[in-house]
Amino acid sequence: MITVTHYLMLSAILFAIGTLGVLTRKNAIVVFMCIEVMLNSVNLTFVALSRHVGNLDGQIFVFFVMTVAAAEAAVGLALIIAFYRNRESIDVDDFNMLKW
Amino acid sequence: MENLVQEAIQNVNLHAVMPSLILTVAGMALLMVAVFSPRGKTTHIAWLSIASLVVAGVVTLAGWNDTQTGFAGSVQLDNFAAFFSMICIIAAGLAILMSDDYLKREEFPVGEYYPLILFTTAGAMWMVSGTDLITIFLGLEVLSVSLYILAGFFRDQQRCNEAGLKYFFLGAFSTGFLLYGMALLYGVTGTTKIYDIAAYVQANPDTTTNIMFVAAGLLMLTGFFFKIAAVPFHMWTPDVYQGAPTPITAFMSAGPKAAAIAALLRVTIICLAGIQDQLTTVFWVLAVLTMTVGNLIALCQKDLKRMLAYSAIAHAGYALVGLVAWNEIGLSGILFYMLVYTFMNMGAFAVLVLIGRRGEEQLTLEGFSGLGYKKPVLGVALCIFLFSLMGLPPTAGFTGKFYIFAGAINEGFIWLAVIGVLNSAVSLYYYLRIMVFMYFKEPQEDFSWVTINAATAVSIVISVAGVLYLGIVPAAVMQFAKMAGL
Repeated sequence: MITVTHYLMLSAILFAIGTLGVLTRKNAIVVFMCIEVMLNSVNLTFVALSRHVGNLDGQIFVFFVMTVAAAEAAVGLALIIAFYRNRESIDVDDFNMLKW
Repeated sequence: MENLVQEAIQNVNLHAVMPSLILTVAGMALLMVAVFSPRGKTTHIAWLSIASLVVAGVVTLAGWNDTQTGFAGSVQLDNFAAFFSMICIIAAGLAILMSDDYLKREEFPVGEYYPLILFTTAGAMWMVSGTDLITIFLGLEVLSVSLYILAGFFRDQQRCNEAGLKYFFLGAFSTGFLLYGMALLYGVTGTTKIYDIAAYVQANPDTTTNIMFVAAGLLMLTGFFFKIAAVPFHMWTPDVYQGAPTPITAFMSAGPKAAAIAALLRVTIICLAGIQDQLTTVFWVLAVLTMTVGNLIALCQKDLKRMLAYSAIAHAGYALVGLVAWNEIGLSGILFYMLVYTFMNMGAFAVLVLIGRRGEEQLTLEGFSGLGYKKPVLGVALCIFLFSLMGLPPTAGFTGKFYIFAGAINEGFIWLAVIGVLNSAVSLYYYLRIMVFMYFKEPQEDFSWVTINAATAVSIVISVAGVLYLGIVPAAVMQFAKMAGL
């Protein structure tokens, strides 16, 4: 029997994977994908909990999260391209002009 | 079915979103105007943006003391929202005033710039008036996504690219935490409306010991702390503030930060009141850390934008002191302080906008040598803003800090107030150092490139007037701030 607890555990694991990825990966696109994993684990939490508490608010929230994630993707990829044009690199270690 | 439609239409109530609606519509219209304008001509767009901000400001003020609830309780334009909306409008207006000449100097006069500022302001307004987690999230994202673009606006400058990307990655990362907190809070209480959440917690007091509820609160706070740049979530701030275009840095440090603090206040005080005792400890530690780390690192900065970024972190710490107090005077102190901070910080950045050169290589301490003699008026204006940032009377910085620390002392947080005052003393060093360079060093340059254009001068004059007015006769505005409590 799969209960809401299982869904919550799965989404917590996904969230942790996403967080770890953001903190450890070097490629900007991969970091960005990890952020998307985090957002999607939140979506999973919302849908599971929406089913659990018995109203649709959580599922409506998911629509907004997906829309916003799409807008963020558009802006984020544009920023990555602009950076690549100037530096020929998307390695996060190359974000090093501004420090201290 | 017919009834449902009727009810839905009645529930909308556009009055509750009128100021932000004006800005959104104006922003979209101005995007079209920008398309049909000749390349490089943006001045008229700037003035139209200012006009729409004025209209939105008048509508906001007209709605004072007239709480409007709309969209089935997702938006509530009360005095609290109106006060913070006005802060955001003032910040946006001052930023636009100092932008036009700056964009021409950086050889990137593009029309989208101004509508993006309007969208940011509209997002900030949804955030401060949101009474539903969805509205708060949506407002936060409209604000953030527009700011990601603005922070990386000069796409041919590496410095700007990097600022935009750093802001984007850390902003999106923090949104993940905020959302996860919201999801768990929804799971515990079964609703996303914050007043219903408060009612649920009141009806079921054992919620406050539920581990999921506590985790939800802490995750949401983490998201907000990223946005207001509280230590230890501040790492992005100096880089983004230094790399972003100067007027955008000024705007970011005032308007969006005030909006994030407003959303933090509303969510904390309404939803998380049940765990106030534990949260007070968290806020206490964060306030002390934020003030101290911000001020200590600012001591050794050479770049002025970066120094002001660390000072912005420290000022977020002062605002958190009001939240630790969690009483009327502390909270209205935060409102008052954010308004004061808007004037003094934007004014200081406006002076930096005038003094900088293309590429901004001049904004170091040495670059300010002898400025006080070569450009006396600018020197005096900058001194007034710096005195206010230090918190010396008779400027507004003093009265703002006074109210916040008074709130903390009323609740018995004597040590917190002591640490706050000691921090102000530390901050004297790096603010005064700017003045030392301005007045006691031989001029190395004649500052011939500094031309004081009318629009930027107006923004400096407004800021000076605001700093002095709020410093000398704070009672009237403080009364408004008290009425705007939650």
